[in-house]
Amino acid sequence: MALPLEKYLRVGKLPHIWCPGCGHGIITQAIIRAIDELGLDTQKTVVVSGIGCSSRAPGYMNFDTLHTTHGRAIAFATGIKMANPELKVIVITGDGDAAAIGGNHLIHAARRNIGLTVICFNNNIYGMTSGQYSPLTPTGSYASTAPYGMVERPFDLCELVKGAGGTFVARSTAYHARHLTNVIKDALKYDGFAFVDALSQCPTYFGRRNRLRTPMDMLNWMRDHAVSASSWEKMSPEEREGKFPIGVLVNQPSRELTKVYGEILAQARKEAGANA
Amino acid sequence: MKEGKPRLLLGNEACVEGAIAAGLKFFAGYPITPSTEIAELCAQYLPQVGGKFIQMEDEIASMAAVCGASLAGVKSMTATSGPGFSLKQENIGFAVQAEIPCVVVDVQRVGPSTGMPTSAAQGDVMQSRWGTHGDHEIVVLSPSSVLEAYTLTVTAFNIAEELRTPVILLMDEMVGHLREKVILPDRSELMVKARPKPDLPPGQYKPYADYGDPAKVAPLAAFGEGYRFHVTGLTHGEDGFPTNNPDVGARQIKRISEKIASRKKDLPQPEELFTDDAEVFVFAFGGTARSAKKAVRDARAMGLKAGLIRAITVWPFLEEPLLRAKAKKPKAVIVPEMNLGQIILPVKRVMGDACPVIGINKVGGRYIEPDEILDAIKEAILGGSAS
Amino acid sequence: MRKEFRLAGAGGQGLITAAIILAAAAAEHTEYNAVQSQSYGPESRGGSSKADVIISTDEIDYPEVKSPEVLLVMTQEACDKFVPGVRPGGMVVVDETYVRTVPPVDAKVLRYGISAKARELGREIVANIVAVGLLVGLTGIVPEDAALEAVLARVPKGTEELNKKAFLAGIQAAKEIG
Repeated sequence: MALPLEKYLRVGKLPHIWCPGCGHGIITQAIIRAIDELGLDTQKTVVVSGIGCSSRAPGYMNFDTLHTTHGRAIAFATGIKMANPELKVIVITGDGDAAAIGGNHLIHAARRNIGLTVICFNNNIYGMTSGQYSPLTPTGSYASTAPYGMVERPFDLCELVKGAGGTFVARSTAYHARHLTNVIKDALKYDGFAFVDALSQCPTYFGRRNRLRTPMDMLNWMRDHAVSASSWEKMSPEEREGKFPIGVLVNQPSRELTKVYGEILAQARKEAGANA
Repeated sequence: MKEGKPRLLLGNEACVEGAIAAGLKFFAGYPITPSTEIAELCAQYLPQVGGKFIQMEDEIASMAAVCGASLAGVKSMTATSGPGFSLKQENIGFAVQAEIPCVVVDVQRVGPSTGMPTSAAQGDVMQSRWGTHGDHEIVVLSPSSVLEAYTLTVTAFNIAEELRTPVILLMDEMVGHLREKVILPDRSELMVKARPKPDLPPGQYKPYADYGDPAKVAPLAAFGEGYRFHVTGLTHGEDGFPTNNPDVGARQIKRISEKIASRKKDLPQPEELFTDDAEVFVFAFGGTARSAKKAVRDARAMGLKAGLIRAITVWPFLEEPLLRAKAKKPKAVIVPEMNLGQIILPVKRVMGDACPVIGINKVGGRYIEPDEILDAIKEAILGGSAS
Repeated sequence: MRKEFRLAGAGGQGLITAAIILAAAAAEHTEYNAVQSQSYGPESRGGSSKADVIISTDEIDYPEVKSPEVLLVMTQEACDKFVPGVRPGGMVVVDETYVRTVPPVDAKVLRYGISAKARELGREIVANIVAVGLLVGLTGIVPEDAALEAVLARVPKGTEELNKKAFLAGIQAAKEIG
């Protein structure tokens, strides 16, 4: 039987490498559905990733795809977008990739407002290397490099990108698959730097060590702790304790970088022509 | 830009003009002495020719952006020095592995670490060859003059595009920060190679095709042209997708080395001066070759049979002129370099026990002076009576 | 013919620009070869500054000035540092505005209030161009009109008139002290 979204997949490259119960397949499907529903031109869409479990997704997606070095997906994508602003450039990254080794590129891309859609498959752990703590591992959680519990404080990725000047910031989860698809659609439609914190579950390396024994336990945790952005606004600090908002959290359109640079180009060529 | 007329031009500026003449359309960089003028001039000139400039958040990002832009189909370059060259290495390795054409300019300065930012050195000879992890060949070119900073930059792009590989332009502060009289060749006389386009339709196109002939390299499609291909730093098959098959992996790794090793004859060959009847050879490259040339000319003026071999392609190491020198049973080969002895290693390997191979080494920022080389020539030819 | 120049003083006195103009006048307007180099770095933000020029009928292999035939010094510090290295029988041009004493040297020492002259013309910032005029006038290394053309090509737009005056003042001064 043909898959309904087969034209977006490299079926020959399946099955994927992700563990049973991993949330990454749900998020990948949400991206593909969003692309399908928006009718994006598959010839003009490029998917770029870094290193980690999440970053294997582009290999299964039937677009121009680029699997880069650890943490650097956004920097590679910046070159692509600058060189050819007509391309829709999607970056798939993980919490370690985007917030640890690639944190600098994340904040600077947000500051520049370059037209990239960055989707972070955030499972709070380094999965590919078997469960070390990431900058998103909650304090007190266990990881192979936090055998006595995580002593550091985690980032709130959405707040980080917002603080760096991000003009479109959203969050959803693998549990809220339809909501996630809609959020990604909004991000893809956005003309500027769009960031989506997509919570995923890693039952193998996070759940197992942190009393969330089954993938369903982890998905239910997302269901029980997510609050819509609109409700979040009305909640007191006490009510917010332990919860997190989902939905579009920032949407403050600003001029996109390659468009601004395009004006510089026109001006420079005019001046060069005048001087020639 | 004003070809054909004599001009006083800075080495770094000549590099930028060469890059633009070669079709540069994207530059990403980060400020670092003594290469910064290259970024500044690209920021100024590129928009005038429809090219793009971006100053990235760090050296790593600038190398990454260059790879991305090249995959989007435009000729791309970055420039750096010292610590920045170290930081770029991982993504230079990516460009090697994923076969992404690009040019990386390294204006060497004194190291290790922050070293002496404004002082000349040639300490990156081995880093340019072995800076990344794993096995691969790499093309490294080193100009000795401002004019050559221009022409070799054009050549670097041609090699990068034809062989689908990063090419390193190994400059030194002596050339990068020198202003010199040049007459740039007319654009119509320059050979500028366009990036070869795939001749197979999407579906049949193999971005990493193995033709059985290492000298033949698959053309690189651009993102957005409909080929929808995959690029990865993982060892991959002909289709570009990762493989764990040891045979496929080994073939790919060997192929990207052999495509360069098999083309040694097509790379810029060494310059030779007075080598026909030389008894002593000086082997030098980059800025130091200027001192060597002066020393060899002075030696000849004194009736001493000295000859110069100037490497323009530093890597892969081109052995031919040294092998010919070896056959002449020379009294010595003298190797001046502004480091503690790097290019001398392959020279020694080639010369074996045929004759003494004598290094003249200087670190700390001072140039090697012609007289220091001349003294070594005298010593080698006249023996103890020289002093 | 091979002539080596060293221009030394403090960062901000425009000596690198002066050296570039001198080299460019030779490179772009005569048959001579020319190279120009300088010490870079913190010097460009104050502190000492040194720029070298070699003008030659032959190919210039080695671009470093070892022992300049013509030395211009525009601070006491530069004077003390570089005068001992001048080629015997050479020429030392001293900006009297800032240099009080010149160490004993086997060279022709010529004094002129370069910076004071620039101030008199309107802005001390053109002292480097007065110096270019002076060096060209004293050495005759390049034709005056070639040097003036090089000056005008490399000074900021809108300052051409002042710089031309400065250059001609240098030429005139050379006649007075040469």
